[in-house]
Amino acid sequence: MFGDSIRKCLAGLQGTQTWRVGIAVIAKENYPLYIRSVASQSELKFHYTVHTSLDVVEEKISAVGKSLGDQRELYLGLLYPTEDYKVYGYVTNSKVKFVIVVDSSNTSLRDNEIRSMFRKLHNSFTDVMCNPFHNPGDPIQSKAFDGIVSGMMVQTG
Amino acid sequence: MECQEEKPIIYTMENKPIVTCAGDQELFRSLYTTLAQQLPREPMEWRRTYGRAPKMIHLEANFVQFKEELLPKEGNKALLTFPFLHIYWTDCCDTEAYKGSVKEDMLRWQNSLRTHASPDWVIIVVESNDNKKKNKTNILPRSSIVDKIRGDFCNKQNDRCVVLSDPLKDTSRSQESWNSLLLKLRTLLLMSFTKNLGRFEDDMRTLREKRTQPGWSFCEYFMVQEELAFVFEMLQQFEDALVQYDELDALFTQYVLNFGAGDTANWLGSFCAPVRNWSGLLLRRPIDMEKRDGIQRGEASLLDLRSYLFSRQCTLLIFLQRPWEVTLRALELLHNCVQELRLLEVSVLEGALDCWVFLSCLEVLHRIEGCCDQAQLAANCSHTVGLWAYATDKLKSLGELCGLVSEKGPTSEDLNRTVDLLAGLGDERPETVHSLQSPYKKLKEALSSVEAFERHYLDLSHAAMEMYRAIGRLRSARLVGKSLAEFYMRKGDAERAENFLQEALKSYVSEGWSLPVTHTRRQIAECQKLLGRTEDYLQTSALLAGDVNLSTEERKHFCQEVLTYAGKPGDQSHKVTLSMSVFTELTRLQFHPAKASVHSGAVLQVELTLRCLMPVSVHLQQLAASIHFEVNHGDTLRRSKGHQRQTNQGTVEFSLGSSATGGMPASALVPSLELDEVQDRSPTDNSLNSTAVVCRNTHLLMRLHDSSSSSSSPPDTPNCINAAPVAMKEGAQMLKVQDVTLEPGNNSIILTAPSERPGTYILRQLCVTVGHVQFVLPHIYPSVQYDVYSQEPQLTVEPLSEPLLAGLPQMVKFTLLTGHYAVKKGDALQLSNTETMPVFPSSSCSACILSPADELVGESLLSIQASEKVTSISLPPTPPYHTLEFQLQVLCIIPSGSQRLPNERLTNGEVRHRPRSYSHPDTPMAAIDQRMSIDCPWSIYSTLLALTFYIPFKTKHSLLSAGNRKYIQVWLRNVSDVNFTLADVKLSEKQQASLELQSLNTKTQQLLCSRHSVFCLWEVRWKDDLPLCLQCVFSANFSPLNQDVSAFKPFHYQFQLERVPTLYSVKAEIFPPAGEQHCRSGLLCGLEVCITRLTEPAEAELAEDSKTDSDGLKTTKLMYEVADSSSNWAVCGRSSGTVSMPMAANATHKVQIEVMPLFAGHLPFPKIKVLKYLPHTPSTTIQPDPDSCLENDSLSLLDKTLEDQGDTASIRSRGSIHSVGSNEHQQQRSSTMPRLEPFSPGQVFNHSQSQQVLVLPAADDHIIEVNAT
Repeated sequence: MFGDSIRKCLAGLQGTQTWRVGIAVIAKENYPLYIRSVASQSELKFHYTVHTSLDVVEEKISAVGKSLGDQRELYLGLLYPTEDYKVYGYVTNSKVKFVIVVDSSNTSLRDNEIRSMFRKLHNSFTDVMCNPFHNPGDPIQSKAFDGIVSGMMVQTG
Repeated sequence: MECQEEKPIIYTMENKPIVTCAGDQELFRSLYTTLAQQLPREPMEWRRTYGRAPKMIHLEANFVQFKEELLPKEGNKALLTFPFLHIYWTDCCDTEAYKGSVKEDMLRWQNSLRTHASPDWVIIVVESNDNKKKNKTNILPRSSIVDKIRGDFCNKQNDRCVVLSDPLKDTSRSQESWNSLLLKLRTLLLMSFTKNLGRFEDDMRTLREKRTQPGWSFCEYFMVQEELAFVFEMLQQFEDALVQYDELDALFTQYVLNFGAGDTANWLGSFCAPVRNWSGLLLRRPIDMEKRDGIQRGEASLLDLRSYLFSRQCTLLIFLQRPWEVTLRALELLHNCVQELRLLEVSVLEGALDCWVFLSCLEVLHRIEGCCDQAQLAANCSHTVGLWAYATDKLKSLGELCGLVSEKGPTSEDLNRTVDLLAGLGDERPETVHSLQSPYKKLKEALSSVEAFERHYLDLSHAAMEMYRAIGRLRSARLVGKSLAEFYMRKGDAERAENFLQEALKSYVSEGWSLPVTHTRRQIAECQKLLGRTEDYLQTSALLAGDVNLSTEERKHFCQEVLTYAGKPGDQSHKVTLSMSVFTELTRLQFHPAKASVHSGAVLQVELTLRCLMPVSVHLQQLAASIHFEVNHGDTLRRSKGHQRQTNQGTVEFSLGSSATGGMPASALVPSLELDEVQDRSPTDNSLNSTAVVCRNTHLLMRLHDSSSSSSSPPDTPNCINAAPVAMKEGAQMLKVQDVTLEPGNNSIILTAPSERPGTYILRQLCVTVGHVQFVLPHIYPSVQYDVYSQEPQLTVEPLSEPLLAGLPQMVKFTLLTGHYAVKKGDALQLSNTETMPVFPSSSCSACILSPADELVGESLLSIQASEKVTSISLPPTPPYHTLEFQLQVLCIIPSGSQRLPNERLTNGEVRHRPRSYSHPDTPMAAIDQRMSIDCPWSIYSTLLALTFYIPFKTKHSLLSAGNRKYIQVWLRNVSDVNFTLADVKLSEKQQASLELQSLNTKTQQLLCSRHSVFCLWEVRWKDDLPLCLQCVFSANFSPLNQDVSAFKPFHYQFQLERVPTLYSVKAEIFPPAGEQHCRSGLLCGLEVCITRLTEPAEAELAEDSKTDSDGLKTTKLMYEVADSSSNWAVCGRSSGTVSMPMAANATHKVQIEVMPLFAGHLPFPKIKVLKYLPHTPSTTIQPDPDSCLENDSLSLLDKTLEDQGDTASIRSRGSIHSVGSNEHQQQRSSTMPRLEPFSPGQVFNHSQSQQVLVLPAADDHIIEVNAT
């Protein structure tokens, strides 16, 4: 109760360094449509992490599926933390998954920021899908989408 | 609280708020049990400050004897030892006693309370009747003692003195007084709590606000807030207690983060000290006093603080029955600690953190296991599995660090490291000394030897994997498996490693994750190399060589691995067969020529486009495509359209494999339906028997459907772990090319396809041989085929222009498809000549030779020799499957009328095809099929060819009479689309020389436009007698308009006229009734018919139907009939009758008939018919004339056309009428009735034909009929 307020008042003091590890878009069939990470040396690990996170994504989707009725929340929240990363998930209505992997040391990103990142990503993704020359199911090769993702990666909190 | 082996000093959960008791201890002791029991019985509502929700709590208290020392000293903030309420017990009922001692004692008590500012007290006066009875003398009214006490101590606070009556008796009064006492106590306690806790919290907050001041210490503050937590815990308000710890946690976290951001707090220094102890979490004690003391002293390390904090949180969460939150928080904590140490740059011995995390994970798991049953644990795997996996991970890295994973075992350096690590663990905690499976023992054991490590590591890994599987997190399970595989590989156990790797690979491949695929595959390659599984290794190497995720060097390395093996000298017979898809991709196949259908022996080339995936150029010994051969049983008609589509422009594009699309999984590539139309046509007349739509790739679609529902293994794709070894089918025909070098990227290779035997060749497999290694593409899909056909020579004749007109020279085109026959020099076509269709050999006739591709190959002059019977056409030498074309001019002679008659009779019985004309539904022209018989050099049989010619003209004739004079009219209609010039119109009679036909036609040449007619007229003049029968020939020359005179061709039309001479003339006259000038309607008039014989009877006539009268004069009987079809006349009396006519010239017979005109006006004469009357002759039976029958038959077609014209009145072919008549004749002759026979048109001349007579209206015309319609 008090902790939160403390956290808020102290938040201003902390630095603005942000280092996101990567963003991935995964097709309904669970193959990557777009996958990009900043640190190239750990790219492989990133791929493994994102792939493994699909387990939790599926778990969450199916858990939601049981309680039908109200509109599903697209944002799945923190999928699971690891020592080095925090993995967040988001699922569109067409079961395309967005995964954002954030370095654990990055504490400036709150739920809300992650949410808005996902929303931005979703909007851009929708634009890609609206492109009549894009074949749904093909890997995303849109410059605009690339730009949005790059923007998110270099953006400082 | 099952694991409380030792009682902590004072801070146990047995803690209760302290209530001191002063006064009569004896009295208190007697009431203690009841009090302690009764106090918590009823809950109280606790209203809280700061807007916190009120709570119902059960109050308990620890009643202790009042001592001065218990009272908190100034500045002592301890809450736990804080006495919340002070009670003074007394049962004094004696005023003296009160005044003497009790009051004094109370005063002392009050004073000490006051000095320590403890306002929470109460005095309990116990009353009992026994006491009263005992001291009867000094008895004061009960109230007075209480009043005194109240007066002395409870300054306006009357509620501070409570009376308890007869506490030990079971009366309602006693009960009542107990209840009120308890209520009072509870209320006072709560008041005290609220007041004291509130004050404490305020102090605490003040302290917290000072945190930015230099001397502030987190540890101090920690102790203060924890005190609050303890109190809440004591009050069983675990939620509130947890909040206190969470706040501390958050505060600390924030400080660490701020530190990371450069904002250092001094007190953090102690936490940045190097980590010396990594003994892990300790969750078995409610409070780890050791650590707490450390914190209190400000000596705790970060791990100590975190550990202590978590152990407290854990304890509270378990009280709250939220064990799964413990696991969740534990994982978070462990991750967080690792991060924080990193952030604070605390120096930690390498591996120490791993030890700490490992121990902590296990400790948390043990703790959870301790408070949940097995079923609960199993159901909540998802909460614990993270810890299992984390522990596994850490143990593995510890093992690697300490050299326990390598094949050789730990080095001395490793051992030193291990010793250092173990030292940091310290001694085992007393709680777990006796437990066999403590985390401490596990870690120690695991680090002690390679074998123990392996055992523990495998246990953990399998447990984690199992759990992941159980909750359906297969990917996570495989990742653990992969990690396990890496362990096995380090241990040199490649076989086990491979199993795990393969399983993981399968999932990556099926989901299309190319980078993990590459990585895992490379590990597999390593395993396979170790295992010496050459074939698999080569397959994997080939896959890796073509993997774009690898660097070029790595790819070259793997490519070289394959090539080195392939190039190894040795037994050539043993070949390793690999899937081609890893090596090269067939992207396109092209046929030259494009239609993929050649005649046998022709050159057909197949161009393959292969995309080589290797990083370097590869030399192939051989590239072969095996072929499946099918003989076509002449059912080329059944060739489906799909085949044509597939080889559209002779090119087949193969859908690219998944590697091209960057690892799209096979499951995502759903093939589209391939539908083909299949038509089954009858082999005889090419009519459609059935048609169908066929799906050509059902096997793929159906399989995919199945696999998607059961999510089984993906279809065989190049990404698959191991394409099953495919064997190249031997023995079949092959397309081969030797010694080719494939460059990386697209290569074009041309193969020559065998085309000796006619049939369908289906390309089945593709095989590339590189030394010992064969790469095989087991199925070429979509299927590719080509056809080789063998064709018989074929000769066709077709008109150069449609339609072919009879009577004019026409060009026809001869086309000879040589097929498999090569036309040699000297070969000739022998055309049997027919007189109805002569061939005009022209010297300048040339033949073109066309190649199968319809290119002009050669041209040569034809030499045509015509003899009487045959026309021989010498053909130029032509290679097989070429086309030879030449043109010839032919003329179809128009059959001229009845001339056919004798001819037909002559040829009767011969196998000679006579041209026959018939009417064609599409054209008004009569058609003639003209057959040609040609002897060809390649066949012993004659080739029969038919040409259809059309007669451009239609003719009719008629005989016109005027009395005795005769005229012949010929009507000629041009029914073709061509305009003609008509010249030299002539009519001749063949037999009668004396006869003269005088032309009444003026023009010698005239135009006859398409669909127009010309009438020609001749007058017949004769000298002696007019013959009974005339054989006429109409002839004319015609040529297409605007052509040369030489182009005129004759046209003949023969016809026969019979019974030409006029035998009788009929003259009718109408006489008005007597006394009238004119006829009047309604009045009878006289009709006089005068029949006159004009000629002497001819011999034939005499013979035919005359009979001799008794007086020797030959007579013939005629029948007349007056018929008026238009109802102008009413015939009165007999309208018909017979007359006997003498057979002599000028014999006349007159008949009078009365008729009545029915209308006024110029009325045409009533019609008068004269018929031959043949009386009954029973004896004569005439056989039917075979001639006439035949004639009738042969003419039926022509007749039909004539009748179609609807012109039956004037022109009737001789035969037709005759025969019809004779048929009737026959019938009637057989009957006994006399019969009538009409005369031929020329035989009776009616003078009064179309004559009119004036009829006046009737005399009394006062009645006027008006007909209005």
